[in-house]
Amino acid sequence: MSTETGLEPRYTRTRHRTARGIAARSLLYAVLIAIAVVYIFPFLIDLATSFKSEADAAGDPLSLIPQTWTTAAYQRLFLSSDFPVWFKNSVIVTLLVTAGRVFLDSLAGYALARLQFRGRNTLFALLVGVMAVPGVVLLIPKFLVINQLGIYDSYAGMIVPLLTDAAGIFIMKNFFESIPASVEEQARIDGAGPFRVFWSVVLPMARPAVITIVILSFQGSWNELAHFIVSSQSPGLTTLTKGVAQLASGQLSQGTQYPLKLAAAAIMTIPVAIVFFVFQKRILNASDGAVKE
Amino acid sequence: MTTYSRQPRRGGLRRGEAASGWLFTAPMIILLGLFLVIPVLMALWVSFSDWGGRGSPFSGSVNFVGFKNYSTLLSGGGLAEQDFGTALKNNAWYVVLVVPLQTALALFLAVMVNRQILRGRGFFRTAFYFPSVTSSVAITVLWLFLFNSTGAVNKALSYLGVVGPNWFNDPAGIFHFGATSGPAFLEKSTALGVPLWDWIGGPSVAMFALILLAVFTTSGTFMLLFVAALQNLGGDIQEAAMMDGATGWQRFWRVTLPQLRPTLFTVLTLGLIGCWQVFDQIYTGTQGGPAKTTMTPAYLSYTSSFVNQSWGQGAAIAFILFVIIVFFTLFQRWVLRERAVSKRRMRQYTVATTAATSTPVAPAMAAGAAADTGEENER
Repeated sequence: MSTETGLEPRYTRTRHRTARGIAARSLLYAVLIAIAVVYIFPFLIDLATSFKSEADAAGDPLSLIPQTWTTAAYQRLFLSSDFPVWFKNSVIVTLLVTAGRVFLDSLAGYALARLQFRGRNTLFALLVGVMAVPGVVLLIPKFLVINQLGIYDSYAGMIVPLLTDAAGIFIMKNFFESIPASVEEQARIDGAGPFRVFWSVVLPMARPAVITIVILSFQGSWNELAHFIVSSQSPGLTTLTKGVAQLASGQLSQGTQYPLKLAAAAIMTIPVAIVFFVFQKRILNASDGAVKE
Repeated sequence: MTTYSRQPRRGGLRRGEAASGWLFTAPMIILLGLFLVIPVLMALWVSFSDWGGRGSPFSGSVNFVGFKNYSTLLSGGGLAEQDFGTALKNNAWYVVLVVPLQTALALFLAVMVNRQILRGRGFFRTAFYFPSVTSSVAITVLWLFLFNSTGAVNKALSYLGVVGPNWFNDPAGIFHFGATSGPAFLEKSTALGVPLWDWIGGPSVAMFALILLAVFTTSGTFMLLFVAALQNLGGDIQEAAMMDGATGWQRFWRVTLPQLRPTLFTVLTLGLIGCWQVFDQIYTGTQGGPAKTTMTPAYLSYTSSFVNQSWGQGAAIAFILFVIIVFFTLFQRWVLRERAVSKRRMRQYTVATTAATSTPVAPAMAAGAAADTGEENER
């Protein structure tokens, strides 16, 4: 900022910082705090209700303090329902999908950014085209192929189709293009093959982008519902999203059972919440986001 | 040493690159080909066939039926057409309300949260963004509780003296304002098997609760996109506008917003694409009810195939949905295209200023390019 142009407005601004300025600022805070309450309150209600008794949940849905604390909902979930199985399946699927995406996305991203081969540009154009296909449109098609391949209702059918994603490849390609090529050249002159260069030289440098992929894949596969609906049916392969959705729609039980359902919703939120809070700075400070570091 | 020992070495450096290029991209080609490209082609065939879900869709007993599945949906006159029309109507209202609301709210929050004088910016961003990371299933479960007839929302409304509706069980269109039947000419004439009276009725109360849910969960994501773009804007144009005596309001509409155009385009496009694909919330929460007023094409396509075993129809719905999404994306691109400044506007500029402040387009584009790279991180 040049000092001369900056001076005048700043001067007027300080003059405003009198009664009117304070009033305006209080209003700003009041509005933001009100909105923040609206955003946070539902989650607090969720937590509180999960510790309530059924009658209490129905009688006083707004209160954040249960009349009598009870962990009945959690006990039922973990001791006498399929919930642990759902949780286990979600963990398996999420870990494998995240690992697969980190590796395969960066591998393909690197090739598209750096390796010279015929057809590279065509491949990239196809990738962009594929990105444009809306996911829901693929529900039935995916089932058809999974069924045809004989991997319907298996972990393979649930995991393999998610192992790579066009958007992730796109992010990795963009990142690799921002790394100076000189580093790799050096490694190549020292006699390292393409995979060696990728694995030991370039990938370690891509940590910020890799973390972005980890966050997106973790969130994406943990929260995925539609794909698991069309790729599996046996109770032993139900993931959290599918199980809780069926619980909510009353396919598995009768009655309202709000504490039970809300306890399930609370638990399934915890892993993504942890990832969110661990990487909070990276996710929220949008301007100095991963790719630009 | 210099020339010929270098030459082969160079070749050695680049040798094998083509092979490893294909090797590195092979998993991507196989996976995306197998689970994206081939499925689309397969579904396209199914949408033109009478496959009933049993055996392979390529077996000899499956027949090509031409556009029959499509015509049943678009002009069959039966229940299929009526259901499809209802689903389109529901989703159209959902789009019409969610896209502007979430965009406006996201932009508002971004501008507020981006203020330098604001303390606790981190806290506010966390609060506004958190709903975006949680799964749609968990939020829908929560919503079912909050919006049940004796739930938290109605309890809160009762403090304000308002008797809340029975949200997820109320099929009344919100723009019917309680009227149960409309004028005869609107009841009689139909489009896609649905009376015009229903088309203009707006979303049902139940769908409106889902609209609120969508705004609640997506505004945070889009807020981050706007924040990223705002941070990439230089302060100098703002200061120049201040020097010229523009008020805060004018500066927002005349300076900031035009510079945000590329991000605005991204947000509107992503919002539109996302809104036409509502599925999770319906599957978890309402299963299309009450009275099919939360039925959406995506969910209808699922139930037609997996529940009713009309696979051809389900696939046809998916493709019509695909066409709708492509059409609206292109339409929006056309509406928001960079227009040449109109003559009248131009005259204002030439009269009012000399040169310095009259071209916000170039910096806007630069900011847009910068914002674009930032955006990929968030999605």
